[in-house]
Amino acid sequence: MDLALAPETLARWQFGITTVYHFLFVPLTISLSAITAGFETAWVRTGKLKYFHATKFWGKLFLINIAMGVVTGIVQEFQFGMNWSDYSRFVGDVFGAPLAMEALIAFFFESTFIGLWIFGWDKLPKKLHCACIWIVSIGTLLSAYFILAANSWMQHPNGYRISPHTGRAQLTSIWTVLTQNTTLVQAFHTLTASFLTGAAFVVGIASYHLWKAKRRQNAGGTATDKDRKKIGAMRSSLRTGLVLAVIAGLGTAVSGDTLGKVMFEQQPMKMAAAEALWDTQAPAPFSVFAVGDVNKGHNTVELSVPGVLSFLAHSNFHEAVPGINDVAKQEAARYGGKPEDYIPNIFVTFWGFRLMIGFGMTSFVAGLIGLWTTRGKRWLAPEFRTGEDDVPRLMLTPRREMSTLLTRWSWRIGILTMGFPLIANSFGWVFTEMGRQPWVVYGLMKTRNAVSPGVSQTEVIVSVSAFTLLYAILAVIEVRLMVRYAKAGPVTDELPPANDPRLRGSSGGTGTESDSGEHAESDKPMAFAY
Amino acid sequence: MHLHDVWFVLIAVLWTGYFFLEGFDFGIGVLTKLLARDEKERRVLINTIGPVWDGNEVWLLTAGGATFAAFPDWYATLFSGFYLPLLIILVCLIVRGVAFEYRAKRDDARWKRNWEHAIFFTSLLPAFLWGVAFANIVRGVPINADKDFTGTVLDLLSPYALLGGVVTLTLFTFHGAVFAALKTLGEVRTRARAMAGVLGLVAAAAASAFLVWTQAHSGNARSLAALLVAVVALAIALACNRLGREGWSFALSGVTIAAVVAMLFLALFPNVMPSTTNPAWSLTVSNASSSPYTLKIMTWVAGIMTPLVLGYQAWTYWVFRKRIGTQHIPDPITH
Ligand code: HDD
Ligand code: HEM
Ligand code: HEM
Repeated sequence: MDLALAPETLARWQFGITTVYHFLFVPLTISLSAITAGFETAWVRTGKLKYFHATKFWGKLFLINIAMGVVTGIVQEFQFGMNWSDYSRFVGDVFGAPLAMEALIAFFFESTFIGLWIFGWDKLPKKLHCACIWIVSIGTLLSAYFILAANSWMQHPNGYRISPHTGRAQLTSIWTVLTQNTTLVQAFHTLTASFLTGAAFVVGIASYHLWKAKRRQNAGGTATDKDRKKIGAMRSSLRTGLVLAVIAGLGTAVSGDTLGKVMFEQQPMKMAAAEALWDTQAPAPFSVFAVGDVNKGHNTVELSVPGVLSFLAHSNFHEAVPGINDVAKQEAARYGGKPEDYIPNIFVTFWGFRLMIGFGMTSFVAGLIGLWTTRGKRWLAPEFRTGEDDVPRLMLTPRREMSTLLTRWSWRIGILTMGFPLIANSFGWVFTEMGRQPWVVYGLMKTRNAVSPGVSQTEVIVSVSAFTLLYAILAVIEVRLMVRYAKAGPVTDELPPANDPRLRGSSGGTGTESDSGEHAESDKPMAFAY
Repeated sequence: MHLHDVWFVLIAVLWTGYFFLEGFDFGIGVLTKLLARDEKERRVLINTIGPVWDGNEVWLLTAGGATFAAFPDWYATLFSGFYLPLLIILVCLIVRGVAFEYRAKRDDARWKRNWEHAIFFTSLLPAFLWGVAFANIVRGVPINADKDFTGTVLDLLSPYALLGGVVTLTLFTFHGAVFAALKTLGEVRTRARAMAGVLGLVAAAAASAFLVWTQAHSGNARSLAALLVAVVALAIALACNRLGREGWSFALSGVTIAAVVAMLFLALFPNVMPSTTNPAWSLTVSNASSSPYTLKIMTWVAGIMTPLVLGYQAWTYWVFRKRIGTQHIPDPITH
């Protein structure tokens, strides 16, 4: 059989495509649900309309996004059985548990309360309504946690034994699976990365609206009341996004560093591969980039910072980090076979690692600069202060505004870097999953032994093509819809129900209407409908 | 009772929950073409399930996840064996979820029409294919000593299996019509009731034939009892529908679905997937299940979570208890 179309290769392509695709929506779901919940809480507590408009606006984008997250997740749930049946048989005892818990604990939460939130604006008292989106948000965190516990077990099997009867993995401690350090650190890193993603998204869209308003002002237009409301909502959003970007960015870096140490201990090959460090070195450098073929034993031109890799692995700048060749020899001696069998795709892991850090950290830096330049009144000379519904001036020092050129580019960078962490996330996962090869469960099961023996090549070709085509079409539809709604901005003439809806009896009205009798009340259109 | 028997029952319960709930929302999807006369009416129908369809679908995910955790071999054999039908179901569920969410997001006739076509077909196909799948599970499929399915997709399309598909399709559509009668107002409601009367008869004919066939081939005393419950419940559901007792009618069409699922699982037990190649190679509750430890953990989790889930899902139905009619449908979003 043609090697490129070996069942294992096809199944891997399918898994990679569908999971990476799923993970384009996941980080935004996780972060936007919390951001929306934050704005709704602000509205409930202060009653300020700008928070209501921000809630509605980010909520809408969140819904467009989560719809795709949900449907692409369904595929994941069944894919292990479909394409990885031998894997499922081997690990089901251990791996199935977190997956089932995810469905029972997290998915039910999310899916039920999101229905209440979407359709409940005129049915639930606002505090309860706000609680619904918080529950959704907690659900997304739980769902991430459980699936990451499952994934961490594949990276670092723990809390199991191999059954002497069946030769399969058997759970001995669910607690270990759910709380081993791989799980904790991976969850921390993935969640902070998710919040960085949402933050950059919010900053990007808010920048778009503020910069547009600013340009209109520069061109001599006066802001209408409607414009000012929009600016107010977007300004709050921008600040929220920037603060979040900085906090989440820091968290991502810190957790990434910890994850690196965990990984170095548990999967030394991945660390060596991430660096294309072919030979053991002490102290080991971190290469910022390498020209030439990293797949060959030597890198022709490279820019490297001495000692940094040692630091990533050991927290000191001089200790030795084992190279690819040495680790491969060790693994071959331990598990049998040739050393080459244990070397993952170095090109992908090397560049995946760099692109993850590069793209993601750019958004962090952008957030840091943004946070400084748009800082609040207290830090500015009186003549540079702007109102809550004005576009902020970008201030370098208390009295120095950025030049026109710099201002223009700053806003543009805010917009352009909007998707950077999303790209970083994908590269991070590709690195994580491919750096583990040839193992599907590290040290226990090789990927090629994991596929479904009963599924034919044709079937997998059909399914890969079907998913790829469908996902491509859906991507176009979803991006267009997202852009359309993002560009439209918050609908500022929308008002919340004047009376807080009550749970019992007829649903709450909009003040005037609720006085006009039972009948008018019961014929009132739904606040939201498909 | 051994823990793996408990899990067999729990998985039957999860599938029952799934077919009961998603059954009517598949039905509503099919009825958007059969029942609704214009766009407003289609929106009335879609909005009866708007707040709940996603929660209904999670019953499937849970059934899948629970099968993985409790019976890894069953999960592995079933989903790798029924590869292409499952692929179609997955594609349908993907498109369907997006269709509900995105249909109203643009006020453009073609856009909406396309999503409406999508809703119809992606509701109809899975409703049919689940029946095909379950008929095959009960009847047995070629499975070798390594527990792998060795047949082809054509083996899955026997007359018996196709009849099973017709049963779920008609039963779900009936269930959907009864649900529509319960949840709507005005003309849609009147027509839903009339249509439920017709669909119920078709479903009754198909279901009786299929269940008797199942009983004859793989039945036992317990499955016979379930069969009788199914038939009687369906008859009463029809009678209540005629009398305009919509709530009762819906409850009983639900009981019918539950009894059909129960009958299939009772006919199956203690197998989970019989092998037609060699009965000794059949997957059973004992040879396909997880270790006692995993089952114990999962029993705790399910024991705590299931009542909670039932509680808050029931509450959701209560919050959205109001009937809706065309007058409740707001104008389309314009921008
Ligand atoms: C916004 C996205 C983002 C950013 C800015 C970073 N990461 Fe990351 N990283 C991820 C998004 C991500 C991820 C996609 O979420 C991964 C994939 C698997 C995982 O746990 O997180 C990941 C994996 C991952 C791994 C592999 C873990 C494993 O294979 O077990 C390491 C070692 C790091 N990261 C380290 C870092 C470091 C040192 C960073 C910079 C300071 C960094 N990451 C920034
Ligand atoms: C959402 C984040 C994830 C992404 C983006 C991702 C990405 C990938 C990619 C790109 C591959 C293909 C690797 C290759 O071709 O060598 C892969 C393989 C795989 N991943 Fe992940 N993965 C993610 C999370 C998970 C999780 C949470 C699990 C387990 C629950 C998992 C299980 C697997 C399995 C079983 C394979 C197939 C075997 C293999 O090729 O390694 N992945 N994943
Ligand atoms: C490869 C393994 C994965 C599987 C089997 C899986 C499964 C699923 C499923 C079935 C859904 C839809 C739930 C619903 O209908 O409500 C979903 C959505 C979601 N998943 Fe994944 N997923 C995987 C990877 C990941 C990863 C790695 C994360 C997070 C780190 C994640 C987090 C989420 C979130 C936050 C949602 C959206 C919430 C929701 O839609 O309900 N998933 N996933």
